[in-house]
Amino acid sequence: MDARLIRDLRKQLGADAVLDQREDLLLYEYDGSVESARPNCVVFPRTTQDVVGIVRLANEYKTPLVGRGAGTGLSGGALTRYGGILTVFSRMNRILAIDAENQRATVQPGVVNADLSAAVAHLGLHFAPDPSSQKACTIGGNVSENSGGPHTLAYGVTTNHVLALEIVLPDGELARIGGPALDAPGYDLPGLFVGSEGTMALVTEITVKLTPLPEAVKTLLAIFDSLDDATETVAEITALGITPAACEMLDGWTLRAVEAYVHAGFPLDSAAVLLIDVDGLRESVESHAEAVADVCRVHHAREVRVARDAAERDLLWKGRKNAFGAVGRLSPTYYVQDGVIPRTRLPVTIRRINEIGKKYGFEIGNIFHAGDGNLHPIILFDARDPKQFERAVSASDEIIKFCIEMGGSITGEHGVGMEKDRLMPLLFNDAELDLMKRVRGAFNPEGLLNPGKIIPTGKSCGEIRVRPLPIAGGAPA
Amino acid sequence: MSAAASAVVSRLAGIVGDPHLVANAAGLEAYGIGGMRPSAAVRPGSAEEVSEMLKFAAAEKLGLVPCGARTKLEMGLPPRKYDLAVDISRLDRIIAYDPDDLTLSVEAGIPLHKLSATLAERGQFLPLQVPFFQHATIGGTIASAMDSALRQFYGTARDFILGMEFVTGDGTLAKSGGRVVKNVTGYDLHKLMIGAFGTLGVITKINFRTFPLQRETRAFIASFESASGALDLRGRVSRSPLKPLTMEIFSPGAADVFYSEAAAQVEPGPLAPNILANGKWAFTAGFARTGSVLERCEAEMRAMAEEAGAASVSVLRHDQIAGAFGRKREFVRIVLESSPAATILKAGVLPSRMGEILAEVESAAANESLRSATMARGVGVIYAALLPDALSEAALQRVARAASRIQAACDKAGGQATVPWCPSEWKSALKTWGADRGDLPLMRRLKSAFDPHGILNPGRFVGGL
Repeated sequence: MDARLIRDLRKQLGADAVLDQREDLLLYEYDGSVESARPNCVVFPRTTQDVVGIVRLANEYKTPLVGRGAGTGLSGGALTRYGGILTVFSRMNRILAIDAENQRATVQPGVVNADLSAAVAHLGLHFAPDPSSQKACTIGGNVSENSGGPHTLAYGVTTNHVLALEIVLPDGELARIGGPALDAPGYDLPGLFVGSEGTMALVTEITVKLTPLPEAVKTLLAIFDSLDDATETVAEITALGITPAACEMLDGWTLRAVEAYVHAGFPLDSAAVLLIDVDGLRESVESHAEAVADVCRVHHAREVRVARDAAERDLLWKGRKNAFGAVGRLSPTYYVQDGVIPRTRLPVTIRRINEIGKKYGFEIGNIFHAGDGNLHPIILFDARDPKQFERAVSASDEIIKFCIEMGGSITGEHGVGMEKDRLMPLLFNDAELDLMKRVRGAFNPEGLLNPGKIIPTGKSCGEIRVRPLPIAGGAPA
Repeated sequence: MSAAASAVVSRLAGIVGDPHLVANAAGLEAYGIGGMRPSAAVRPGSAEEVSEMLKFAAAEKLGLVPCGARTKLEMGLPPRKYDLAVDISRLDRIIAYDPDDLTLSVEAGIPLHKLSATLAERGQFLPLQVPFFQHATIGGTIASAMDSALRQFYGTARDFILGMEFVTGDGTLAKSGGRVVKNVTGYDLHKLMIGAFGTLGVITKINFRTFPLQRETRAFIASFESASGALDLRGRVSRSPLKPLTMEIFSPGAADVFYSEAAAQVEPGPLAPNILANGKWAFTAGFARTGSVLERCEAEMRAMAEEAGAASVSVLRHDQIAGAFGRKREFVRIVLESSPAATILKAGVLPSRMGEILAEVESAAANESLRSATMARGVGVIYAALLPDALSEAALQRVARAASRIQAACDKAGGQATVPWCPSEWKSALKTWGADRGDLPLMRRLKSAFDPHGILNPGRFVGGL
């Protein structure tokens, strides 16, 4: 990297806001995925004007530029695939305004997801998207990835909660899109930018909706001796039109890993558990929980436990939210997929995933947002063995292709990033990918912002083009 | 018809087939916008035909207007160029409906009422209780971002549309999103199509998540001497854990309009007497729960209404609601029928600023001696109708002054107001899309990416897009 660029960045941001030493940069070559890519330098803006300055310098030196929150992403979205400047938003972490009456908040992108909910809890409000990494991940990152979480089943994902953004475009132009009031005429720019994985603009301010906390919550743990019974329960809960606040599944392998770490009280000898939250008014929670429990029993649940108090509930959820940490204790490297399928196809898909595991010689754990049909099969492998890694990727691709055959999609909440861009042609034809390129090009014409993400980079990068599979039901995929 | 025009017409017939091409003056009357008529209207039978049509139109630089049941063609500015109407009403199939997964894929030209009947057979529905319900297509409803009272609970179309297929201005047939309830694969291009009035693409298919029909509901109506009492109640309900399905406030003028003969012609369903009290503001909320919980909702609503100073309270049970107040959905159509020059403003402001906007509407209308009728949704979206007694130059002057005052008040309150409906000859005198917006340059960039030749609904949208 041009030494003058580092000098100019230091001049603009201060010496303590720029890292360029190898030992410092090593910390920033990973996120939560299996990918890695080292930036040439890391910068820490404090203000929107700092961000504008960084973008202008990146332009001047024609250097790639990537935004990053806490680096908890699971698809390499916040990695500098082709090097360049990594802009870390951890110092832009102020909550700028809380408007309880209108149930809105305006925050800087580096605000940690759980911190916003904590800051408004005394007002009876919370920020609904709750990724498992919510104690670390930032709202800026949530916006870039359109993050989900267990409770998005009833409350919607990030895009359903974002009203307005302040953005810095790759040419240094500052813009405000959307607004705190509803139904402004014009194109839904926040709808496009949320989930665009940092490929169109850097976000410097976010206005979100806050959601009232429910009056009552009940957490159920349904325990099953058969995986099929558990998945069929989920399919029927969906078909009956019961929407719990959350409906998570852990298979036996995963819950044993979690139990050894968290001691949440998961039964070690079971084939699967469903962790289900129902919330709302006190009276309706009672009847709702009973309805859910009935479905579980019809599908041969061995036992349906109800958390007695908040402490028991928190412990069960701690088990769920720390599951990936628990898996990390078993293996230094694991591959998590994020396929989505129609809920009616859950039983057949989970069976197929287990067959694929057997075929490739892996034990595949399943812990996922069952109510959304959003799967997270976990494949443990040893990264030091390149053959194993290759096999893990093959098994994972086979799972994803099956999801698509079922009428599903390749990522429900983790993003495409640099991990799944090569899979995009399975869902989108050349004309569609070209349209996405044109849209990206409308804002990021030189491709300096987060290059090498979402849209496949082409054959020159060793990518293998695959033919799109027909979509079940003939619907747009 | 010129030789060039007839050459165009014969090419179009080649694409869709003669029976699906309209080129005679009488037939084209139905596609008129203001005083303008296209040279032809085509009714393609597939998305591929739409794509071919758009490729042809792009090559010939034709200005085209996508349409469905043509219930809302008068919304927006008149087109800069109107050669061709692309009528998608033949694309009216249900492509896939998986009630057990609560997902649905339909072609854009399917009439809402027909779709609604199919879903109801399986005990499901889409929360789109929008105006023009008996005639409109799903595509037109989405392209024009019609909202409904149910948005209070279910959100708007962007919250329950899962994916789309559409044809861009250069004829590219593309899809975005999918048919699963959670999906972040690729850019959410379909969100851009919602409310874009067909300026980015012609929507050919839409995928939705569906919802179980509410089996037990209750409606609650409280009347107040002033808007502030009704707004106070709105605030109390928002802070309560009750989570109503709908929440709306109606001005005394709205009550007059709902009980008028014009209303009975638009929506023949009866409106029970005394539901909306003469000369009073009305607050309405709807709830869906099971028995005992509805009792609690009612008790708490009664208590809150009393604290807010309600003059009277009435409660409608599930089987009474549709009959007693079904015409509420058609507020827009009813006010359009209530004056020869009805002009409707649609405002979006923060809920905390609704009071000042409602006051501004009343005072601006009174100053100009105009009848008015206002429906305000609890989320901060206000439909304010100005109802002059004649379509005249003098009426225009009065309406323009009142509209301009209301729009300025909305801008000042950090929101905005557009004029989605007014007599077509008034379009140039009123600010159809409200004040200029700072994000217009970004919208122009998108327009060029989707419609490089500028053939889709040219000049009709925000900033002349």
